[in-house]
Amino acid sequence: MEAAAGGGCGSGPPLLLSEGEQQCYSELFASCAAAGAAVGGPGSGPPEAARAVPSAATAAAGPVADLFRASQLPAETLHQITELCGAKRVGYFGPTQFYIALKLIAAAQSGLPVRIESIKCEVPLPRFLMSKTDAEIRFGNPTELHGTKVQIPYLITEKNTFKRMDDEDKQQETQSPTMSPLASPPSSPPHYQRVPLSHAYGKLRSNTEQMHPAPYEARQPLVQPEGPSSGAPGTKPPRHQASLIRSFSVEREPQDNNSNYPDEPWRITEEQREYYVNQFRSLQPDPSSFISGSVAKNFFTKSKLSIPELSYIWELSDADCDGALTLPEFCAAFHLIVARKNGYPLPEGLPPTLQTEYLQAAFPKPKRECALFDSYSESMPANQQPRDLNRMELSVKDMADFPVPTQDVTSDDKQGLKSTADEALPRDVSEDPATSKDSNSLKARPRSRSYSSTSIEEAMKRGEDPPTPPPRPQKTHSRASSLDLNKVFQPSVPATKSGLLPPPPALPPRPCPSQISHLRVNSKRSAQRRPPTQLPNYGDFRLQKQSEQAPEAEIHPQLNRAPSQAAESSPAKKDIPYSQPPSKPIRRKFRPENPATENQDTSTAVGGPASAATVKPHAAVQKQSSKQKKAIQTAIRKNKEANAVLARLNSELQQQLKEVHQERIALENQLEQLRPVTVL
Amino acid sequence: MAVCVAVIAKENYPLYIRSAPTENELKFHYMVHTSLDVVDEKISAMGKALVDQRELYLGLLYPTEDYKVYGYVTNSKVKFVMVVDSSNTALRDNEIRSMFRKLHNSYTDVMCNPFYNPGDRIQSRAFDSMVTSMMIQVC
Repeated sequence: MEAAAGGGCGSGPPLLLSEGEQQCYSELFASCAAAGAAVGGPGSGPPEAARAVPSAATAAAGPVADLFRASQLPAETLHQITELCGAKRVGYFGPTQFYIALKLIAAAQSGLPVRIESIKCEVPLPRFLMSKTDAEIRFGNPTELHGTKVQIPYLITEKNTFKRMDDEDKQQETQSPTMSPLASPPSSPPHYQRVPLSHAYGKLRSNTEQMHPAPYEARQPLVQPEGPSSGAPGTKPPRHQASLIRSFSVEREPQDNNSNYPDEPWRITEEQREYYVNQFRSLQPDPSSFISGSVAKNFFTKSKLSIPELSYIWELSDADCDGALTLPEFCAAFHLIVARKNGYPLPEGLPPTLQTEYLQAAFPKPKRECALFDSYSESMPANQQPRDLNRMELSVKDMADFPVPTQDVTSDDKQGLKSTADEALPRDVSEDPATSKDSNSLKARPRSRSYSSTSIEEAMKRGEDPPTPPPRPQKTHSRASSLDLNKVFQPSVPATKSGLLPPPPALPPRPCPSQISHLRVNSKRSAQRRPPTQLPNYGDFRLQKQSEQAPEAEIHPQLNRAPSQAAESSPAKKDIPYSQPPSKPIRRKFRPENPATENQDTSTAVGGPASAATVKPHAAVQKQSSKQKKAIQTAIRKNKEANAVLARLNSELQQQLKEVHQERIALENQLEQLRPVTVL
Repeated sequence: MAVCVAVIAKENYPLYIRSAPTENELKFHYMVHTSLDVVDEKISAMGKALVDQRELYLGLLYPTEDYKVYGYVTNSKVKFVMVVDSSNTALRDNEIRSMFRKLHNSYTDVMCNPFYNPGDRIQSRAFDSMVTSMMIQVC
């Protein structure tokens, strides 16, 4: 877990936090974020303001600075820490930056040098001297490792007690015994100092006390099925603590932090909801009416989930089982699909955050002024950032690749599977490094979301029809296009087609080495080949005929093989005549040097032109005796040219072979595709 | 209490069949199958003149030594067959009717799922859980 958390960290060495550290840091972060909002926003609805603040994922700079100053480190150390954690680089304190900063503070307080490597060390929790933060009391003593499960309830109790004391000073004394093991400094001064900070909490608590217990209790059982069994014991102690504390009307915010994490996958963020609503509207213009079952089925089938899974998701989301989806039901179903695509296991029951009442309450008032929603509000600032990051990372990445989950999402999957209170924080931290990468683009994402939604629509529509395979290249030399052979042949092709000029002149130099030996043998053939091969196809026939006529060099049988292989595919036939023209002119040059250049060359088409050409060479041959030296030189030159042409021809034939193989594979594929149909 | 619950499609093939004791499952399948004849008999006897008034609940189809078989048919000729243990004498007719009603409601919910093609096997978890509750409660 922690290794995963470390791995998720984008920059610098992995951030390894122990359970206790994660707990403390997350609480600190939550308090700083909320405090920042509380300080900055109006008194009445600071948490809402906090939520409305776009930088929901960040801890406000004010309380963070206060916190850092409270650590009693020298200013330059704090500057160093701030730089190291990257807050200056990104411009704000995201979760990762905050956690790294806390760790560095702890390291600095322990006397370790402030460096990135320090965050790898095991250090006690950072100590913050007072002032407006909760941190001091909490971390007065390093509560490092009492054991995960024990620690959480302690901390929860602690936090709960603190919060409670903010509201009611009554139980302060009763709580002090529980605080004592954890906090050495007297509780009362920090308590009073924390009043302004927790002011917002108090208001929320008073509003939402009654509402909380039920939903959270309901959520707890859902937490467990979602998470592995190991999470169950972890959630129980906090729950018991919470139930105890609840009797004192304590806000269960820390519990929310822990219990909400497992629900995170099932919480719909604002951006997600907007996207879902848009999709709903695309299917059904009236947001207040239903989407019929068949329409929804077609839509969700595009997600490429299996039908049983889709059926189960429908079961979960269609609360009234009427075969139609209202907007909240649709959002829930869509969200479940998104989560499933990301690898989250489907829940046994519909999570409360996805239930119709909840969504209906949240939906009409996107600013969450709704009372029911307010009940979760105090948890929003705390949870919003990690959750939003998680959601957005989850959803944006998922939506962007609706048919295909991304790798980042798979890392979320592993994290998402550990939806337990114990692992919630580690997961949160592990997600934070992952999401910190996205935190930079966090603000950009909502803007880009509109684009992603369209892309998802396209993706889904594309998904509906599996993309047709690209048309197989025809006999065009698609691969050979990169070769010069195409260019070589193209000019020759028009040439052949236009005037058949090349054919007459030369014998193809292909069978050069053996050809020469054969040339003399087949001197007689030249006459036979006289009939000009004016048609390339004619040349094919000649090729095949001449194959019987023996001595053509190996290339001739090769050429015949090539045409025979390509016999199924006509283009090969065209290829051969194409291949012939270039050789022909060269061949022609051979003749002068070879007295008996019988255009043997195996390619018959060449034979045709060769036959015509042989007549001329004969005449030239007769003169050779007088021009032997010249002939030798020209022979050398022509040998070289022949070599080049033969090489080209060889490569071109290989290309042909490849293409023929391709075509064969294509045909086999088509055959296979057709087969199941015919079987029916 | 139900030892075996089966949902039979109109064409008399099973859409869903589940037995509580996993052994002797074949025996229960066979019993359900043979009970279909009785169901058809009852339907045809009732159905001619009284199609509208035909009772969905068919009552006891036939008792054997160890078991009693009850039947229920919907308007779309989907049959529910339930095998109960004869030793459970406390099981009253009303309870059987209510169990069939629950079955029918769950079946309707399954039908409402657009991803369910009528004629497929029922694989709904909600339906499973409901049947499980029926089979366990009386045991």
